[in-house]
Amino acid sequence: MYFLKRLLSLIPLLLVISFLAFVLVRLAPGGPFDRERKPASPEIERQLQAKYQLDQPIWKQYVTYLGGLAHGDFGPSLKYRNHTVTDILAQALPVSMLLGALAFGFAMGVGIPVGYYTAVKRGRWEDYAGSFFAILMVCVPGFVIAPLLVMSFAIQWRVFPVALWGSPWHAVLPVLALGLFFSGRIARLMREGMLNTMQSEFVTAARAKGMSEHALLLKHAFRIAVLPVVSYSGPLLADLLTGSFVIETIFQIPGVGVFIVNGSLNRDYTMVVGLVIMYAALLVVLNLLVDFAYTLLDPRVKYE
Amino acid sequence: MSDSSKRQEAMDKSKAGGASLPVSYLAPPASPNQRAWGRFRCNRLARLSAWFLGAIILLVLLCPFVSPHNPDALSDNQFQPPSLKNWFGTDVHGRDVFTRVMYGAQISLLVGIVGAAVSLVIGVTWGATAGYMGGKTDSALMRFVDILYSLPSIIFVIVLITTLEGVLKNWLAATGSPMLAKSARLIFLFVGLGAVSWLTMARIVRGQVLSLRSRQFVDASRVLGAGSVWILRHHIIPNVLGVVIVYLTLTVPAIILYESFLSYLGLGIQPPMASWGSLIAEGAEQINPVRIYWWLIIFPGGVLVSTLLALNFVGDGLRDAWDVRGGV
Amino acid sequence: MQIANRATGKHPLARFCFLATPFLISALCLLSSGCHRLESQANITICNANEPESLDPHIVTGISEMRITKALFDGLTKLEPRHATPIPALAERWDTSPDGRTYTFHLRTNAVWSTGEPITSDDVVWSWFRALSPATAGDYAGQLFYIKGAEDWNSGRITNATEVGVRALDAKTVQVELNSPLAFFLELCSFPTLAVVPRHVIEQNGDRWLHAKPLPTSGAFTLGAWRVNDKVRLLRNPLYWDADNTASEIIDVLPTGSPNTALNLYERGVADIVWDKDLVPTELMDVLTKRPDFHSFTYLGTYFYRFNVTKPPFNDPRVRRAFALATDKNRIIAKLTKGAERPAWHFVPEGVANYTAPSAPGFNPETARKYLAEAGYPAGKGFPRVTYTFFSAAGGGGKLHGKVGIELQQMWKDVLGVDVELRQIERKVFYSQQSKLDYDISTSSWIGDYNDANTFLDLFTSTSGNNRTGWKNSRYDALIKEANLQTDLQKRAENFRRAETILITDEPPIVPLYFYAGFNYFDPQKIGGIWQNILDEHPMQYIYKVGPCEGGEARALRGK
Repeated sequence: MYFLKRLLSLIPLLLVISFLAFVLVRLAPGGPFDRERKPASPEIERQLQAKYQLDQPIWKQYVTYLGGLAHGDFGPSLKYRNHTVTDILAQALPVSMLLGALAFGFAMGVGIPVGYYTAVKRGRWEDYAGSFFAILMVCVPGFVIAPLLVMSFAIQWRVFPVALWGSPWHAVLPVLALGLFFSGRIARLMREGMLNTMQSEFVTAARAKGMSEHALLLKHAFRIAVLPVVSYSGPLLADLLTGSFVIETIFQIPGVGVFIVNGSLNRDYTMVVGLVIMYAALLVVLNLLVDFAYTLLDPRVKYE
Repeated sequence: MSDSSKRQEAMDKSKAGGASLPVSYLAPPASPNQRAWGRFRCNRLARLSAWFLGAIILLVLLCPFVSPHNPDALSDNQFQPPSLKNWFGTDVHGRDVFTRVMYGAQISLLVGIVGAAVSLVIGVTWGATAGYMGGKTDSALMRFVDILYSLPSIIFVIVLITTLEGVLKNWLAATGSPMLAKSARLIFLFVGLGAVSWLTMARIVRGQVLSLRSRQFVDASRVLGAGSVWILRHHIIPNVLGVVIVYLTLTVPAIILYESFLSYLGLGIQPPMASWGSLIAEGAEQINPVRIYWWLIIFPGGVLVSTLLALNFVGDGLRDAWDVRGGV
Repeated sequence: MQIANRATGKHPLARFCFLATPFLISALCLLSSGCHRLESQANITICNANEPESLDPHIVTGISEMRITKALFDGLTKLEPRHATPIPALAERWDTSPDGRTYTFHLRTNAVWSTGEPITSDDVVWSWFRALSPATAGDYAGQLFYIKGAEDWNSGRITNATEVGVRALDAKTVQVELNSPLAFFLELCSFPTLAVVPRHVIEQNGDRWLHAKPLPTSGAFTLGAWRVNDKVRLLRNPLYWDADNTASEIIDVLPTGSPNTALNLYERGVADIVWDKDLVPTELMDVLTKRPDFHSFTYLGTYFYRFNVTKPPFNDPRVRRAFALATDKNRIIAKLTKGAERPAWHFVPEGVANYTAPSAPGFNPETARKYLAEAGYPAGKGFPRVTYTFFSAAGGGGKLHGKVGIELQQMWKDVLGVDVELRQIERKVFYSQQSKLDYDISTSSWIGDYNDANTFLDLFTSTSGNNRTGWKNSRYDALIKEANLQTDLQKRAENFRRAETILITDEPPIVPLYFYAGFNYFDPQKIGGIWQNILDEHPMQYIYKVGPCEGGEARALRGK
C-alpha cells in the first residue's frame, strides 16, 4: 500500500521537477541559437524562435510541452534538429543502461567484499591494503583513470579496444573506469557499516549465545551493515544508468551522459527537460526499491 | 546511556589490533573529549596523516616564502622536466608547476572544506529530522531532496554560475571591493558545490536514523519521557556519527573532483588561477601514445591523492576516537 | 570469494543478489542483443569532429556536418578534390550571359535520385526556395541572397516567387539571375545550402526526413545508418551519375569529441583518417608535424580578437592600436599552436583567390606605449579595469582560447603596463554577450565559406550581423560595396586592400593573431584519393584504401 502510494506520488513529483527544469534552463543566459555566426536575416531568427515556440511566455510553452508529453512526445531537440528527444533517448539510453548496470555490478562486486573484509580484519595489514585501494579509487578522477587504462590495456598491450562500442570487449575498459571509482566509495561505506554493526547489542548478544563468529558476521551483521550501501545504491544506480560524460567522451560511447552535460551547455531546452524527467522517474523508482530492500534486510524498519 | 559508556570502557580493553589502544581506561576520570583525543594520539597512522596534512597546510601558507616563483609568471621555458630550479617542472606557459600546485592547494582545500561543511550541516540536520520524525515530515523533507536530486547538478551549477555571477560581480565592484569581485566565481563555486553535495548525506543519515529509531534503547528513552531533541542529541546523532565522518571523508574528494570536472568543462575557477582539479584536468590531456609530459599529471595527482589519503586516515582515526560505543 | 559461495537460502546476501539479479539479467540481454550487431566492415573509417547537429544540407553550419552532407547531396556543381575548384555535378554544363548576371544550367539527363527517379529542374528550384525560406530557418540562407529578389523574398518583402531570379525553363534547364556579377558563383553552387534535396520525402516527414527509408539522395553515397554519437555510415550510391568514380563501398564517419581518442583510434588502426583541426592535440604538434602520415596545409581561417568599440577605453582607436602593437603573434605560435599556423599580419588569409592582403605593422612595444600615452594612459596609469572574454569547451581546440588569453594578458602587462582580467564563460553565454556587445575584448575566429576575400571583409560592414564590435565605418562600407560591383578583378582587389588597411591598421576594431592551418592524418601508403587544399575540402567519393584485398578493386574503380 505504502509503495503504491509512493509510486503515485511520482506524478506530481515529475510535474514539479519538469517545471523546475523547464524554467531553470531558460533562466540561464544565452539561448540555443546563439552561435559564432548569426543567421542571414532577422526573419530567420524570428522563424526559428517561432518554430520552437521560444517566442511565447514560459507558462504557455510549458503547457504546450505538457500536451506533447501526455502523448509520450518529448519534443524536438533544439541542437540536433533532425532528431526528436525520443529518437535520441531510444538510441542512447540502452547503451548507458547496459554500461551503468555492468559498472554497478562491478562496483558492488568489488566494493562489498573489500569493505566487509577490511572491517573484519580491522587494524591488520589486509585492512590497510584494502582501505588504501578504496581511498585511492575514490581520489582518482575518471578522466585520469580512463586514459591510463587505455594507454596500458589498449595501446601498450593491445588487449582491449581503445574506444567505441560494439562487442563485449569494448565494454571492459569503460566498465572498469566507471566502476573502480564507485567500488572505492562502496567499500568505504560497507566497512563503516560493518564496523558499526559489529559493535551493536544484538551482535554481542548473538556472540554470547555462542554463535560461530563466521555465521554471526555473515548472517546477522552483514544484513544490517549493508544498509548504508543500499541507501547509497539508489542514487548511484540512477547516476550510472544515465551515463557518464567523461567516460562516454573518452571511450566515445553513444550514451546519454554526454547529452546531460552538452544539453545544458548547448541550451538544448527540450533535451534537458526530457533527460531530467527520465532521470527523475528512474531515481524515484530506484529509491522506492531501496526502501523496499530496507524492509527485506532490516525487519525493524517499517513503513506505514 | 550511562550503561553504554561503561560497556564501552569494557570494550576498550578487548579492542583488537593497533588501530587504537586503551589509554584512558585506568587513568583518572577525564572528559570524553580528552579521552577521545588520547585515543586519537595513539593511532599511529592517523597521527602520521595528521602531521602530513599539517605539513601540507603549512607549506601552502608559507608558499610565497618557500617558492621563488610567481604562480602566474610566464616564461619561455615551457614543458621543462623537473629540475633543481623547477621542482615539479614547468607547464605550457613556462610556469613553475610546484608553485602552482601549492597555490592550487589553497583553492582546492577551501572548496573541499567549505563544500563538505555545508553538506555536513544541512545534510545531517535534514536527514536526521526526516528519519526521526517519520510520517508526513519525512515524506515532505525527502520529496524535497528527491526534487533537488532529480535535477542533474550540472544544470543547477550552470544556472547558478551564469545567472548570478554577473549580478554579484557588478554589485561587489560597485560596493568598492574589486578583490572580492574577482572571486565572484569562487564564491559561487563554494555555494554551488555545497548545495549539491548535502543531498546524499541527508539520505544516508535518514536511512541510519530510520533503523535506529526503532531500536529498544530509543523506545526505552521515549517511554521514560525523553523529548525528541534529547533523543536526537543523545542517541541518534552519536550513533550516526561514524557513518557521517566516513561519508564526509568521501565528500571532500568528491567535491574537489567535481570542481576539477567543472574546470574540465571550463566552468570551474578562472584562469590563470589554479586548483588541483584544474591542474589534473590539464595533466590528464597529456596522456597519449605519442609523448607524455608525465610531471604535469604525476605531481598534481600525487599531491592530491596523498592529501586525500591522509584526510581519510585522519577521518578514520577521529571516528574511532569519538565513537561513543568504542571499538570492537 | 567466500561471501559469494554462501549466497543461498534466506540469507540476506541471497536477498541482495535477488535484488541485483534483474539488473544483471537485463545487462546480459542487452549485451547479447545490442553488441552483436552484425555489420559489415567499412572500407574507410574517418574520425570527424563532433556529432553532426543535422545532416540537412540547408540547415548545417559546421564543417564537419558539411563534409557528410556533401557526400549525400550534390549541387549543380561540386568541388574538384585536388584544388577545390568547381566542376560540373548535377549540371552538365552552363551558359553565362555577357553581363555575367544570368546563368543557365543544363542538368544531366542521367542524374537520378538513389531511388531511381530523375532529378529535374523543378527539384533544383524547389530546393533553393526551401533553403531560402525563413520557415526552414537555415542560418546560411544568406548564401542565396546574391540571387535577384532572394533577400526580399526571405524577409517577406516580396511574396511572389516569380520575382525571385530562379526558374525552371524546362525539365532539365534552370536559369538563375543574380543581383550583380559574382566571381565565385559557380563555387557557391557546390555549397550545401544550394544542394538539391528530395521534395516528396521532406514534405512527408518534416524535420525527421533524414530518417526516411529509403532516403533518396542526389550524391555519391546513401545514408546507411545514422546513430547519434556512434557513427554515420555511408553506402556507395550505385545510381549516382558518377558512381564509377566512387572508390569505396562503405565509409564510416565517427563523431569524435576528444583529440586523444582520435589519436588512439588512429594509432590502433581503427580509424584510417582523422581530419579535423580540433582533433589534433596541440601539445603534440611539434612531434606530429614531423611524421609522414601527418598532413598540414594552409586554410581559409583566421584567429583574432575583437574590441568592443562602443565603450571606453576601446572607443579610442589609439588604445586599440596600442593593444594591437603590443601583441606578439610569433610568440603565440611558437609557444601554443606549434603547428603550421602562420602569424596573421592581416585579416584575409594568404592563399585566397585573386587577392593579396596588405600587412599591418608587427609587434612594436615603443609605438604601442606611445599610442597608449597619447590616449591618456602613460605606462598604463589610470587604465580602467577591462576583461578579455573567452569561452572554454572540453577537448582540444576549446582549451586553446584560455591559453592564448593567458599569453596576451602577460604581453599587455609587460608592454603596456595594463592589467587585463581574464574571463572564461560558457560558449552560449559567450556568443550571446558578444553579439550584445557585452564585453571589452573577446576571442574570435572566422572560417571562410568560399574562396574569396569578401567572405572575410564583408564581416565588418556596418550592416553585418556578425560584426559584433560596434564598429561602423562608412568609407569601409563603401569600399566593400564598390568592390562587389566591380568586374575587374584587379580593381576589386585594390578596393578590398584599401578596406582591409582601415580594418587592421588605421582603426583596428579587430586584431588578427594567426591563420589556421588544416590538419589531417592518414597513411599515404594505405589511403589514396585525398589531397590538401585551401578549403579543407576532401570529397569522400574519391577516397580509397590501398590494401592487399581491396587495393585491386579500388584501383580498378579509379581506372574506369
